Amino acid sequence: MDFLFKLPILSVITYIPLLGALLIVLVNKENKKAIKFIATFASGLSFLISCFLWFGYDFTREGLEIFQFIEKTSWIPSLGVQYYFGIDGIALLLVLLTTLLSFISVYCSFTAITFREKEYYALLLILETGMLGVFCSLDFFLFYLFWEIMLVPMYFLIGVWGSERKLYAAIKFFLYTLLGSVLMLLGILALYFYNTTGFLGFEGLGNQPTLDILHFHKIGGLIPYNLQFWIFLAFFIGFAIKVPMFPFHTWLPDAHVEAPTAGSVILAGILLKMGTYGFVRFSLPIMPEATKEMVPYLVTLSIIAIIYGALVAMAQPDMKKLIANSSVSHLGFVTLGIFALNQSGIEGATLQMINHGISTGGLFLLVGIIYERRHTKLINAFGGLSFSMPDYAIYFMVIALSSMGLPGMNGFVGEFTILIGAFHKNWFWALLAGAGIVLGAAYLLWMYQRVFYGKLEKEENKNLPDLNLREKLTLIPLIILIFWIGLYPRPFFKRMENSVKYIVKIVEPNYFTKGEIK
Amino acid sequence: MKDLFFLIPFFPLLGFLIIGLLWKKFPKNITSIIGCGSVGISTVVAFLSVFDWARHSIHHPIFKELFIWIPAGELPTKFFGLKPLILSFSFQLDSLSALMVLFVTFVGFWIHIYSIGYMHEDEGYNRFFAYLNLFMFSMLILVLADNFPLMFIGWEGVGLCSYLLIGFYYKEEWPQNAGKKAFITNRVGDWGFLIGMFFIFYIFGSLKYEEVFKGAIDKPEKFAPFATIICIFLFIGATGKSAQIPLYVWLPDAMAGPTPVSALIHAATMVTAGVYMVSRCNPLYRLSPSAMLVVAIIGCITALFAATMGIAQRDIKKVLAYSTISQLGYMFLSAGVGAYFYAMFHVLTHAFFKACLFLGSGSVIHACHTNDIMEMGGLKKYMKTTHWTFLLATLAISGFPFFSGFFSKDGILSSVFSFGLHHSIGYILYSIALITAIITAFYMGRVYFITFWGEYRGKGHPHESPKSMVSALVVLGVLSLIGGFIGLPGEKYNLFSKFLEPVIPLKEGLTEPPHHLPFKTEAILIIVSVIVALLGLYFAYRLYVKDKEWNFVKNFISKYPFLYKIVFNKYYVDEFYGMTVVSGVVKGSEKLANFDLKGIDGAVNAIRHATVGTSLFSGFFDLRFVDGIVNLVANLLGWGGNLWRKIQTGVVQHYAFILTFGIFSLITIYLIFF
Repeated sequence: MDFLFKLPILSVITYIPLLGALLIVLVNKENKKAIKFIATFASGLSFLISCFLWFGYDFTREGLEIFQFIEKTSWIPSLGVQYYFGIDGIALLLVLLTTLLSFISVYCSFTAITFREKEYYALLLILETGMLGVFCSLDFFLFYLFWEIMLVPMYFLIGVWGSERKLYAAIKFFLYTLLGSVLMLLGILALYFYNTTGFLGFEGLGNQPTLDILHFHKIGGLIPYNLQFWIFLAFFIGFAIKVPMFPFHTWLPDAHVEAPTAGSVILAGILLKMGTYGFVRFSLPIMPEATKEMVPYLVTLSIIAIIYGALVAMAQPDMKKLIANSSVSHLGFVTLGIFALNQSGIEGATLQMINHGISTGGLFLLVGIIYERRHTKLINAFGGLSFSMPDYAIYFMVIALSSMGLPGMNGFVGEFTILIGAFHKNWFWALLAGAGIVLGAAYLLWMYQRVFYGKLEKEENKNLPDLNLREKLTLIPLIILIFWIGLYPRPFFKRMENSVKYIVKIVEPNYFTKGEIK
Repeated sequence: MKDLFFLIPFFPLLGFLIIGLLWKKFPKNITSIIGCGSVGISTVVAFLSVFDWARHSIHHPIFKELFIWIPAGELPTKFFGLKPLILSFSFQLDSLSALMVLFVTFVGFWIHIYSIGYMHEDEGYNRFFAYLNLFMFSMLILVLADNFPLMFIGWEGVGLCSYLLIGFYYKEEWPQNAGKKAFITNRVGDWGFLIGMFFIFYIFGSLKYEEVFKGAIDKPEKFAPFATIICIFLFIGATGKSAQIPLYVWLPDAMAGPTPVSALIHAATMVTAGVYMVSRCNPLYRLSPSAMLVVAIIGCITALFAATMGIAQRDIKKVLAYSTISQLGYMFLSAGVGAYFYAMFHVLTHAFFKACLFLGSGSVIHACHTNDIMEMGGLKKYMKTTHWTFLLATLAISGFPFFSGFFSKDGILSSVFSFGLHHSIGYILYSIALITAIITAFYMGRVYFITFWGEYRGKGHPHESPKSMVSALVVLGVLSLIGGFIGLPGEKYNLFSKFLEPVIPLKEGLTEPPHHLPFKTEAILIIVSVIVALLGLYFAYRLYVKDKEWNFVKNFISKYPFLYKIVFNKYYVDEFYGMTVVSGVVKGSEKLANFDLKGIDGAVNAIRHATVGTSLFSGFFDLRFVDGIVNLVANLLGWGGNLWRKIQTGVVQHYAFILTFGIFSLITIYLIFF
């Protein structure tokens, strides 16, 4: 196993899917078996190798040492751009989530995608490379590159393989997120110039030009507040659109409803985490003062998202739209935890990012399964499905329960930790956010009831085939993770603990020395 | 043996997994063996380990930590600085959890046995036993946990099982609605419980019972100011699970589930979890007299309110459901006046007689195929054992002397009376409790007489139930009769209070425990409660047996139809909630969804339209103006070019002419000006 760690393992994991995509391009488009095989193999291999990261990551290290598997070479010296890869505990978990969900997404598309398979799988693999690159990059240039690369395949996945209003949704998704990333680019440029020569009357620090993210972690505190504020705002809009936070969320239901199943799984499971990951990686450590100043507004938006998303979800007639709006609610919990700015809050938020990927990814897979059979996802097209598809009903119940945060399953662990973190900042926040737990049960159980219970009346629902082996295999890993995280989340907390402490120490330097923070 | 107590919950879990994963394949008798066997083993292990532990010392609880569950970072607390939040999967056996474990496994086991007969015809037989085993697991986790979050796993776990089992008959819509209502109402309570837990961690820096309660007992002055808010939030959780005002509405609807479920979950075990939790937290509640008063008042009002609703119901299970709410109210009343141990005692006796009543009603329903008592009658001729056990349990719940309910109810009443010595509100609570007692005896008598006496009014031929059902009835019926003797009044003979003393001390804390009344007063109170019980039963006898045509009742209803209607419709509380909370949320969500689409997304689309509009305009502008200028220049040049072209004819004579003309002009200019 040791030889693996001598390899540039992060680059290997990141580019294997890209290589797979290149291979697929070379294959004749009629040779569907080979295309599927290559796609499965590439994403599977990437997942397998990433599993070694889980064991190889040394979670006992502290400070900057938490960034491991470093690959660093100069790339464009004149601009100070480096090829700089490395992950901490938070990125580690997200990388693993990405490789797993990408593998599942490839595997679940075999029967769902019936035309232009060659392009589809190639794009899916390019998307995976983009996402992994984002989580692994420790250089702003590299980060931004991958961040933008990601958009293109996603745009095509929605626009070509989506359902009725696919073009509207794809363009909306693309433009909306592009707007965010352009603002973020401005923020990056501001940081870059402030570090060197200064700009617009801000006197720079006069350092060598660099885009090293960890360098900015160190100088974050030196940036004057009024500049921090504007940079924070630029980054914030970029990330808030991606999360999406209220009121930037309306692209999400459209994108989800129109995207193919794999697109929805990746969108909900991973793309949304880019925003919350961005907050943790950039906003908190680089703009600590501005973040602290903005916390009341950020928390207000988070709590609105929790309650508002849940209420809007309740009224949706379309299953995918319901789950998409529930994502707004769940991501509200994540941002609430992040902006509680204490250890439990951020640890809970990190875990909840993973949990949301598992549970909501699972729900989208399940809706995709029924959509493939019935070509509709409207709730009132069903009813009594537990008679025709008993296994499907059980899987759906387990994943829905995990999504509503039943103790003993993954969602609860994340929500509990987030809420107790938020509580210690302000108990009223936790009280308000707790309403989301009640509403979460309401909209999911109501949907479940309308889809699975009652009489099996509609003729077309009577002879639906139950889950086949392949479909079960896509769901079982998620169910194992649901109970693993729900009952024994300790390995996850261990891996992120020091990384979260590192961030908390930058934001609240006295957190671990003083007891009382008021 | 005592060290193996932590295994108790895991046998039913194993049973659940085996039946749950293979449920399609098992024949019914194998499911019965696994389902009942797993609970049976739990019961045996529970009895052996508890007796082994109690023989050594009941003053030293034993702990067993299995593994660390959530280690979620360090948090700043009120008094203890930065404290690590470490939640573990660990169990505790002390006298309170021992008591709960014993009766939960025991009653649970007999209800499993009963279910073999009751569910025999059902196609969901295996599913039923899987859920029931999962319930036992959750309930045992709830009572054996040594910290609040682990208790919460059990707490929500039993809620889930309750949801699944209420909606067990999932072809119909109303059981589904009832299950959903139960789960969501419970979640409202759980929300309060969760906040209460957070407060506990913030104030005490721990969520382990031992550490929290030790703090509360050792330094009452320090923690007392925070106890009220903690206790109120915890109590909100209890009102959800134990069906108290204002969250009681789910329990009557929960009767949609199969009858054994009503007996096990909605009478004997799960609904008493709230009482258990409050009693468990007695060191906290003792710090806050005002929180205790809230508990007592809510309990007392619920007891009366639910009892009156029970009078007019026709569905035998609904009557029992309201009676359960009412009896739970008694338990909270008792805890609220500081008599925690009578609350737990009533939990125990109630488990016996109410389970017996529910199983008896199940037996009757099994025979008559209806829930409506108006279509029963005269059943004592056809169902001898059911009749006798139902009678025993009815007498027990009414407080007939020397039956189990008599001891616990009398204890509660005299504690409430003695509470009046500190606080004059105690006498008001006492009178309400007394009125409730008479109503209880009356409606239980009513159900009993209407069901078992008179002539049979239903269809078909009722018959006694199968052996597995009858055996459970006999066991619980006998316990309803004799179960109270472990808690005889008076300190000397009361084994029960001695057993619970380590967890529920008689003194300590800011609030006074109930006074010991002089023997005379005690005797008078006992006589009063006996008279009350007999009076209630007598009224029922008078109205429904002596008066064969029920003329009095019929006259009463026709005279005061309004009164009857209000009580029959449960004071329209469900309708009120439906109109306000439920439709508020549902309509609000529709409005918000509309706003989301029109308002927020509308704004996004407006930006899109604005952008597209601007670009169209600038396109137009570009075409006509910007491009127009460009074209103008081009046109001008072209025009000039054309003009120029006209000169360039390529004819030499023209050039020669222009040349000559030019020279001529230049010479002319020269001659004129120079």
